[in-house]
Amino acid sequence: MSDTLDQAKHSLLAPAGIEPDALQRLLGNMLSAQVDYADLYFQYARYESWSLEEGQVKSGSHSIEQGVGVRAVSGEKTGFAYSDDILLPALQDAASAARAIARHGGAARAPVALRTGPALQLYGPLDPLASLADDAKVRILESIETEARRLDARVKQVMASLAGVHEIILVVRSDGLLAADIRPLARLSVTVIVEQDGRREQGTAGGGGRYNYQYFLESDRALSFAREAVRQALVNLDSVDAPAGSMPVVLGPGWPGILLHEAIGHGLEGDFNRKGTSAFAGRVGQAVASSYCTVVDDGTLPNRRGSLNIDDEGTPTQNTVLIENGILKGYMQDTLNARLMGVAPTGNGRRESYAHLPMPRMTNTYMLAGPHAPEEIIRSVPKGLYAVNFGGGQVDITSGKFVFTASEAYLIENGRVTRPVRGATLIGNGPDVLTRVTMVGTDLQLDDGIGTCGKDGQSVPVGVGQPTLLIDGLTVGGTQGSAE
Amino acid sequence: MSSKTETNAAGLASRQELTTLVQEVLAEAGRQGASAAEATIGMSQGLAVTVRLGEVETVEHTRDKSLGVTVYLGQRSGSASSSDLRPAALRDTVRAAVTIAKYIAADDCAGLADPGRLAKTVPDLDLYHPWRLTLDDAIERAQRCEQAARDVDSRIRNSEGASIASYEGLDVYANTHGFIGATRATRHSLSCAVIGQDDSGMQRDYWYTVARNAGDLEVPEQVGRESARRSLRRLGGRKLATRRTPVLFEAPIASSILSHLVSAVRGSSLYRQASFLLDHKGRRVFAPHVRIHEQPHLQKALGSAAFDNEGVATAPRDLVKDGILQGYVLDSYAARKLGLTTTGNAGGVHNLTIEPGRHDLAGLITTMHTGLLVTELIGFGVNTVTGDYSRGAAGFWIENGAIQYPVEEITIAGNLKDMFLHLAEAGNDVDVRGNIRSGSLLIEEMTLAGS
Repeated sequence: MSDTLDQAKHSLLAPAGIEPDALQRLLGNMLSAQVDYADLYFQYARYESWSLEEGQVKSGSHSIEQGVGVRAVSGEKTGFAYSDDILLPALQDAASAARAIARHGGAARAPVALRTGPALQLYGPLDPLASLADDAKVRILESIETEARRLDARVKQVMASLAGVHEIILVVRSDGLLAADIRPLARLSVTVIVEQDGRREQGTAGGGGRYNYQYFLESDRALSFAREAVRQALVNLDSVDAPAGSMPVVLGPGWPGILLHEAIGHGLEGDFNRKGTSAFAGRVGQAVASSYCTVVDDGTLPNRRGSLNIDDEGTPTQNTVLIENGILKGYMQDTLNARLMGVAPTGNGRRESYAHLPMPRMTNTYMLAGPHAPEEIIRSVPKGLYAVNFGGGQVDITSGKFVFTASEAYLIENGRVTRPVRGATLIGNGPDVLTRVTMVGTDLQLDDGIGTCGKDGQSVPVGVGQPTLLIDGLTVGGTQGSAE
Repeated sequence: MSSKTETNAAGLASRQELTTLVQEVLAEAGRQGASAAEATIGMSQGLAVTVRLGEVETVEHTRDKSLGVTVYLGQRSGSASSSDLRPAALRDTVRAAVTIAKYIAADDCAGLADPGRLAKTVPDLDLYHPWRLTLDDAIERAQRCEQAARDVDSRIRNSEGASIASYEGLDVYANTHGFIGATRATRHSLSCAVIGQDDSGMQRDYWYTVARNAGDLEVPEQVGRESARRSLRRLGGRKLATRRTPVLFEAPIASSILSHLVSAVRGSSLYRQASFLLDHKGRRVFAPHVRIHEQPHLQKALGSAAFDNEGVATAPRDLVKDGILQGYVLDSYAARKLGLTTTGNAGGVHNLTIEPGRHDLAGLITTMHTGLLVTELIGFGVNTVTGDYSRGAAGFWIENGAIQYPVEEITIAGNLKDMFLHLAEAGNDVDVRGNIRSGSLLIEEMTLAGS
């Protein structure tokens, strides 16, 4: 950990000749009778992406973002400014702007001695961009193209992209905490378009996590994404119109866990509950799911896309139980909302970058395994939908209504999975959808590392997961009118 | 109160300074071996204030700068960007782009826009109206806005707050054909989101106003009252039984339907064969009465631009006329891929507008007689490859030409090809708050899924 801190100081502070003591004084000056908390968030991030289409890697990009965000908190008020120059005068300007939230100046407080805190070691201080030669990155993408075309002559287009992030962050807080993290993130995505008799369909696959690019070369992973995308696209060539109306829905394991992210996850973020704007506000201790359901938000899984050694406020992430055997246990918190609600932060304070304010966000949200065999779950459904792959989802946290859109789904008829159906949106009500979960599988899976969550215009990487589960009645938004 | 913070107290760099910088980037690209290059340098700053339940919640000062450069080594290209504009960083950014280009496959279609298509003159589109908005003034306006919403009805019991924001920016684009163009623009907005509550539960909705000139914003009280009206009318929402029904998309969300058209006729979707409108130029894609056109030179409009992201001159044009698709949405690269010429749409469309019909929303409700008025869409269930459309919706059930009750937790589904062909009418209640301008849109029939 001290290596990480030293490296962060070296990368973020040393180039501008900034000493931690100067930051301590700056924060001391920001505190006053009315400003009860302040922090600085230094960030240096390099991003790259390489894209293949029509058999060739034809575009690539590289970007560097660096800067420092300055926040002053006074009760429920937050003042915020940032600078993309990491220089002491720019930092002082930003501090004055942020501090203006407190209208009456006060005497500066004596700076609190800096200290380091605990941090997890869920991933190494890797730099994916430097982990592989550029020509080898290009070859990964070319191998995906070759594999996809080899698999089936109906493959007409292959689009693939490889993206990596190397990020160094340093947090300095007015309570003296000095914390740093070095965060790698790698992602590979594949989309194929297939054509048969004039009909075109697409399939997508991908994955990644807090790894170097070698991850994609291990266990044939890159090629397995190509195979998965082709498989999905070919399935969709045979799809018929999706049914419309309320019916039993079996969700497959892994990525369909975006159900949890949308239906309950956002609604359990601390800010909405402090303000009373969530449909879940004030419901801790109440049953919000069937007794088969235990749902956690766990930022401590090694190398997962949604995991963090510390959150963006320097708090170590943790495994937070949201729902236990159906009972709502608690919310996800950052420091501001935790303090205002009188509870402990849960390591969920996250921000897109130094230019954004932190807020409570999910990490990896998943449901624990239950008692039912997946085959038994499908067998129990006379007529319904079996959905195994999804695109995005969205929720209105106030009304509780949420959607998520299936990109690979099948009809279940007489306990058997039969025909594939076209993509359709599923809609439900967050506070009661989990009460209708009547069976939960033994086959917990996490997603492959593809999730990005948006909230208030800020994007952060997240993970989801779940076992196979049955919802006894969810509205399926197809076009094929169901018998009433 | 002593605060005198102004949005542009520190001021942006001058046009001349950014022009010098961007030319330095192009020169550096040449020194590093690029045969051609293009670059954009942008700077922006602003102030955003949110007030909730009468108290200041956040004050955010924004200040950004960025460089984006694309270099060409013959037919190989590479791109890089940076938020650091110091000389060493400019050199490093160009180097990163050049390094990438060395590993990129040569592509016959890569390159700058055709010199003949670059904008020769840059008309003043009146996009720059700085607002000396003080922090105190911003807070006061946001407070008035939210208070007006909370005063509408005792059922407005909670609030997500009112936010006011003012930004100004300067972008300079240049390429090695000798084109250089600057865009200085402002954008000011005020929004309010409040929560209505009764025995049936809570409903949130919002309203906003946005303009280049602060004088064109709706007054704060009007924004607040409208947000309250929209939240309250949703209380007591019911589910509907599954059925086929006419669907009327209210103007604020109707532009999304046209955005799906843009996705389908965008060059990258076409050359990748990832569109349900492949090879549809010259074919009927909408009902015969439909005209959809671009108006890039509208004064003060949010989507106006004299040239696109490659410096190509923009011009008014019909995208759909008499229901027939007249062309595509192309940049130079996609145009070359398709054997066509650019339409000046690198970066997107400019004030794409569907010609309004005779009726306002009330008139369209009467015309529809029975059906679904959709006021909110959620989710991303739109497949540009197949045209399959399935999204979550909330709105109102209409019978006898009048609103009967709010509905929620339903989906609407169809195929965009059919939806376009069966677009019965576009309203004259045009929402001009975005880059796509549409009145309410009435579609003859879709599948509604509910209980």
